[in-house]
Amino acid sequence: MIKNISNLGDAALYCDFGSEVNKEINSEVIKYFKTLKNENIDKINNLTPSYNKLIISYDLKKTNYKEIKKIVENLSISEKENLSTKTIKIPTCCENSYSLDIERLEKKLKLDREKIFDVFFEKEYFCYMTGFIAGMPFLGDLDKNMHAKRLETPRVKVPKGSVGLTEQFANIYTFESPGGWNIIGNTPLNIFNSNKEKEPNLINPGDTVIFNRINIDEYKNYNE
Amino acid sequence: MSKNYFKVIRAGINTTFQDKGRDNLYPIGIPFSGAMDNRNYLISNKLVGNSSSAPVIEFAYQGPLLRYFGDKINIAITGDVNFKLKKGNEEIIGNCYESYLIEDGDEIDILSTNKSVYGYLSINAKFNINFQWGSCSINTKAKIGSNHGEKLNNDQKIEILNININQSKKKLDYLNSKIEKIRVIKGTNFNYFSDKGKRQLFENEFIISKLSDRMGMRLEGEKIENIVDTNIKSEGLIKGVIQVPADGNPIIMLSDHGTIGGYPKIGVVISADYDKLVQLSPGSKIKFQEVELSDAETLFKLYEMETQNLISQIL
Repeated sequence: MIKNISNLGDAALYCDFGSEVNKEINSEVIKYFKTLKNENIDKINNLTPSYNKLIISYDLKKTNYKEIKKIVENLSISEKENLSTKTIKIPTCCENSYSLDIERLEKKLKLDREKIFDVFFEKEYFCYMTGFIAGMPFLGDLDKNMHAKRLETPRVKVPKGSVGLTEQFANIYTFESPGGWNIIGNTPLNIFNSNKEKEPNLINPGDTVIFNRINIDEYKNYNE
Repeated sequence: MSKNYFKVIRAGINTTFQDKGRDNLYPIGIPFSGAMDNRNYLISNKLVGNSSSAPVIEFAYQGPLLRYFGDKINIAITGDVNFKLKKGNEEIIGNCYESYLIEDGDEIDILSTNKSVYGYLSINAKFNINFQWGSCSINTKAKIGSNHGEKLNNDQKIEILNININQSKKKLDYLNSKIEKIRVIKGTNFNYFSDKGKRQLFENEFIISKLSDRMGMRLEGEKIENIVDTNIKSEGLIKGVIQVPADGNPIIMLSDHGTIGGYPKIGVVISADYDKLVQLSPGSKIKFQEVELSDAETLFKLYEMETQNLISQIL
């Protein structure tokens, strides 16, 4: 349920679902997101679901805060909206040249690298949201022993395909970008493809992600 | 190959194709992009008789030098721009908000934007360019849009199609006014900041940093103190949001912004002031003034009426 609705500037509604980050709250956000998306309301320009917030941007030429707030308050949420999700396998290579921050992680987590990889590849991850850069998935939750802060100074260029960790989350850099996450590996898989206008993202909110470890030869010979 | 084309002799600093941008793609991480200064974009299209959503060339600071080959076309330039037209041995100093006839071999030399950032070049024809998600707008970070998602390059050709031959000279009397203050609505994390920090936002002057582009505008000034947390759980952003990261220097989200961010939101620039905000150049000073939501909605209606009024003056 939405706990509070307020305005973000003069052209967006800020729907607050709570302050914690967990699957239950995020699933509520995604239900509202998918219901509104299906309603296809002309006055609404954009919807941004995140861990526990939904931001609804609207066209100030056609509507205003009061009207959009009413629409959202009177929305009947379909419980079915959360069913169409997939499980996706992400081949990931952790050779030294790809696991850029493994030494930092060994020190911060007080675990040796093989232990870090074992714990990381063991779990399944839930996609809470996509964004920041096109197609980037925010995945959780990492094992409690694996929580590390962002780099003190973000990298100017994180290579495309990099798999990064921060706090309870993992992500994948869909293209070269600045960024501050701890990089432990790299996938040869294309996570974002702008030529597929209908389905540019491989991973969408609600999906489950499994990372499977590949060696350098498998990485180099990888064919989608 | 079309027989009508521009040759890009000098591309300029940040020259891209833009239109109205793209909606509904925030959930997959794609911002709306589009022309930064919407009013000047709309006026430039009207001056050459185009529809209000036609692609134009947007440039920043120094624009392109283009040589034209082909049948006669009309062009118009909007913004606060210094430019010259070269017709054989003749050089004409160009005026913004006025259409010009361009013939085979002529050159358009867009020298600079005058104490502003963005300008627009429109033509009474179609650029032969690609669209992605219904828009030609180039986002160079995600490599999305026309021209393979890249800025225009030196020596490239821009093909022109469908010249609209029934066109008279058009002109608009308009001067871009300078804005005194940028008006702001308090953000969702306004209370993360100390009383002093809150006062600073509306009382102090900030300087626009050189590290500003289509993604964001960075400001420098007395640091704004955060008393709660310098990070929030990442959530959506919209254009005009003012985030304050740990270093205390505000960043304003502009049209190509990242769709999600984890810094507290101290305020949001109102829609009515966005076109003027983006035109403030690095080194210039900016001051904020607080307004309420209902005032912001009224101010936008007035701004929109004024824009439509300007457009309707172009016959």
